[in-house]
Amino acid sequence: MTAKLVFENLKNKPMRSLLSFLLIGVPVTLILTLQGLSSGMLNDAKARARGVGADILVRASNSTVGLNTGAIDIPEKYVNYFRTEVPHVKLAMGVFNRIIDLPLVVTGLNLDEFNAMNGGFNYAEGGPLRAPDDILVDTLYAKQKKLHIGDTITLLGHPWHLVGIIEGGKLARIAVSLKTLQQVLGQESPHVTWIYLKLDNPANIDAVDNFIQQHTDLRAQPMADYIEAAYNPSHIAGLSEFIYVVIAIGVVIGFAVVCLSMYMAVLQRTREIGILKAIGGSNGFILRIILAEAMLLGVGGTILGIIMSFGAWWLIRTLVPSSLQMEIVPLWWPIAGAITLVGATLGALYPGLSAARHDPIEALAYE
Amino acid sequence: MSSYAVETEDLRKIYRVGNVAVPALRGANLQVPDGEFLAIVGPSGSGKSTLFHIIGGLTPPTSGKVRVAGLDLASLTDAGRTSLRKKTVGFVFQKFNLLPNLTARDNIAVARYIAGGKGAFSKDFEELLRLLGIEKRLDHKPNALSGGEQQRVAIARAIVNHPAILLADEPTGNLDTENSRAVLEILRDLNQRRGQTILMITHNPEAAAFAHRTVRMRDGRVE
Repeated sequence: MTAKLVFENLKNKPMRSLLSFLLIGVPVTLILTLQGLSSGMLNDAKARARGVGADILVRASNSTVGLNTGAIDIPEKYVNYFRTEVPHVKLAMGVFNRIIDLPLVVTGLNLDEFNAMNGGFNYAEGGPLRAPDDILVDTLYAKQKKLHIGDTITLLGHPWHLVGIIEGGKLARIAVSLKTLQQVLGQESPHVTWIYLKLDNPANIDAVDNFIQQHTDLRAQPMADYIEAAYNPSHIAGLSEFIYVVIAIGVVIGFAVVCLSMYMAVLQRTREIGILKAIGGSNGFILRIILAEAMLLGVGGTILGIIMSFGAWWLIRTLVPSSLQMEIVPLWWPIAGAITLVGATLGALYPGLSAARHDPIEALAYE
Repeated sequence: MSSYAVETEDLRKIYRVGNVAVPALRGANLQVPDGEFLAIVGPSGSGKSTLFHIIGGLTPPTSGKVRVAGLDLASLTDAGRTSLRKKTVGFVFQKFNLLPNLTARDNIAVARYIAGGKGAFSKDFEELLRLLGIEKRLDHKPNALSGGEQQRVAIARAIVNHPAILLADEPTGNLDTENSRAVLEILRDLNQRRGQTILMITHNPEAAAFAHRTVRMRDGRVE
């Protein structure tokens, strides 16, 4: 009977119910979209890092991790040094990363080295870099920018000629010749951001690692360790905090919406509350009805929020597939739901207690 | 004292409006035997409704004694008065006071649910609904029912838990003559067939004539 009372109350004020669902759903969508973006972008970057096929990553000892954009560069001569002087190194590849539009990065590489390391790119259209000004982009970037083979793209103030559209998942989203990129950036002596090493046997990773630490001032790290460290959300400064802030905003909005909505509902239903009390409804019964209604608003808002997160996913995938990658995160549905229900319950407490404390005689006289 | 369904002695109720004390009952004495149909008449402000609210457990008295179905209401807590309203008294109001979002059936069922009743209505109660003439209107919401039908649903709701006392506060105040008569006959029928104790406030002498006895209230006292 409580369920029927609550359901009929929601059904008889459809606009109020729908608006409440919508307003509660927005923070749910916000939480799910943010979590989906965080997870999607990190997994995408992680997959591309794995796709390089290297065993060890070498970078300047004080460079940053994350978006393949280590700020401190290494002289390119080290690539040859690793190739010739360091035991067990089968292949060495230097790449230069430059941010063009965060989080998009253009990567300068030597295609022969890249092909040797992992078999090279898979081409959806066109083919490999041949001329110095050729450029490759992945399918997502081509879709986002509506690019076709033969188009001229201006990046870093330089016109590039699109010769290939590559499948994603290997190192770069946008790739050009390393030498040309170094020239475009006006480097006096050629530098690279990172050097990838492939060893004769992965069992030698520790030995090579130690060798590099002892003989250079560079930082070497097994690829697996790097991927684990760089693309773990808890290791990215501020990300967790940012998500917590959004969650807190979600709770506050859910709380405020439900508080306002239920307060209005209690005002509108003062007389009905009086009737329920006159026929023996206890304070607890009245409070239970108000809380149940708030919970139902919270559940409805959560479901709508989940549906809207699919909308956000579709929009991101359609409009900016290259810049942002969002995943649907079903694991977070119950979490977002629980967060919303906490906010809704807290928000309904004051109106609920106020309704429970109504004097039945005054409530019955309410017009 | 226990042979009376309702008994009050020197019952007083003072409302406070800001700093002003407004006496609504000034020593009301009333004795209603079990099974009586009593009409209470009196001008506005004479304390009729306040007397009803105290007997019905909607508000506590300021002083005096009041016993309803053997219960001393003066000593009851808020929870105790809530329990009284669940099972011991039933209300019928002038404005019907049905829950607008629920069907007639659910309006009756919610009172039963609150009192702990479950399942379908008993055959006896189904028969009563037929006597009230609302058995075919139970799946309609109040806004689809006439005033007379709404008041009959309200009567069904008031007696669904077999209360010791039925309190009817101007039950015909919002009804036309024909519906008023029908409702009054139902109340009389309930009293005669089932021995239902009924206290009815009315301004209408014709309505009061349906009762066994009429008492008059004036200035917070029963004359």
